[in-house]
Amino acid sequence: MIRRLLIAAMLLGTPTANAAAGSGPVVVQDPYLELRSGPGRGFPVFHVVDRGASVELLRRRTDWIKVREATGTSGWVHRSQLERTLTPAGEPVTLPAPTLENRTEHRWEVGLVTGGLEGASVVGVQGAWAATPTLHVRADAAQLLGDYSNGWLGTVGVAHVFAPHWRVSPFVGIGGGVLYVEPKATLVQPDDRTDSTAYAGLGLRGYLTNRFLLQAEYRQFVVFTSRDDNEEIDEWTVSFVYFF
Amino acid sequence: MDRELRVLLLSGIVLAAFTVPAQAQQAAGAEPATPQVVEPRVKRRDVNPPGLDTENWEAGLFVGTISIEDFGASVSYGGRIAYHFTEDVFAEATIGTAKAGKTSYEDLSGSAELLTDSERQFTHYDLSVGWNALPGEVFFGGTRAMPSAVYFTLGAGSTRFAGDDHFTVALGAGLRVLANDWIAVHLDARNLAFETDLLGESKLTHNLQFTFGVTAFF
Repeated sequence: MIRRLLIAAMLLGTPTANAAAGSGPVVVQDPYLELRSGPGRGFPVFHVVDRGASVELLRRRTDWIKVREATGTSGWVHRSQLERTLTPAGEPVTLPAPTLENRTEHRWEVGLVTGGLEGASVVGVQGAWAATPTLHVRADAAQLLGDYSNGWLGTVGVAHVFAPHWRVSPFVGIGGGVLYVEPKATLVQPDDRTDSTAYAGLGLRGYLTNRFLLQAEYRQFVVFTSRDDNEEIDEWTVSFVYFF
Repeated sequence: MDRELRVLLLSGIVLAAFTVPAQAQQAAGAEPATPQVVEPRVKRRDVNPPGLDTENWEAGLFVGTISIEDFGASVSYGGRIAYHFTEDVFAEATIGTAKAGKTSYEDLSGSAELLTDSERQFTHYDLSVGWNALPGEVFFGGTRAMPSAVYFTLGAGSTRFAGDDHFTVALGAGLRVLANDWIAVHLDARNLAFETDLLGESKLTHNLQFTFGVTAFF
């Protein structure tokens, strides 16, 4: 174990996280438990553990848990089968998993964003906290890459999701942030600018599964420039969002 | 009023006279089918096994070559971090760097340098969504079977090259082999495509990167 950790530390500088701590035995309640050779539905079942036998839970990767039988045989079992096992105290084992309720009752969202802003390409990340299923507090950061200028955009805001229980729901949002623009050297106006900005937007979001959704959004920004006129710019984005 | 009160009192006495002996008789007689005196209000506690190590993060380093369009092939190295949402889908952030060589024109003309030394540094990052399209096992020798997956990634990012940042589309395919439960070996091929007007007219360049990497799940 120590040697493995040292190797890990040397390799990657991620020292402690790999300590595979066992979590005590659980007793099988299903007629049998199917042990697969790898953490996936395609891997072959090579061993079964009978009802009443106890197995030790070793580690979890996505929906698969590696278990070890008393005889030393170890393999990967799907979460759903382990939920019908009991601890030695006779209590059911629970392993967190997404359900249909997760769509409306989740608290957090993280996503990858791409799109366009006034001819510049947008690439960034976004996060949201669902205060209620319909009211979300959002923040995002994006790099802007254009032909004439590059920059960064960071915003915080709130969004109202009209029908979070629908498969596809519209939403609206408002917010504000900071826009940093760095014109390319060949332009007439080569000063870097940092301006505050505010936006109003609307979009559509649709659930792909109980964990993912796809979101498309249009926002209109007003940039409060130091010049006489404010500037209005449009942004459209699509994002791939994971919620939990 | 007075009469009503009297009736009430009388009926109370009569009721008491009937019920008290009845209760006494019940207590003294054969035991009834054990009445539940206290309803158990204890809700079963859900037990999430403590100490079960959830290993959905994957981080590591890679090294290989990148063919920078017009600027030859160079050594490329960097790091990646991935989060596995399900057995099929993951998100990945990659950052890498390489030092571009010279164009054929620069070599032939002998003197004219298109880029300064710092402008030749080719640094890219991207945020991608990955799909484990072909999970399976690979066999090493006669005794070892290792879980593996052929995956595809699609993402967007930025490349800093020739004194400019370019919006980059990263399209990749790779093979991940799990050497043990927590160390994985990657063979990756990626195309970093971006538009540049460095050599006069604007064109889309394709920069192919082949790397070997080692990652750890944690």
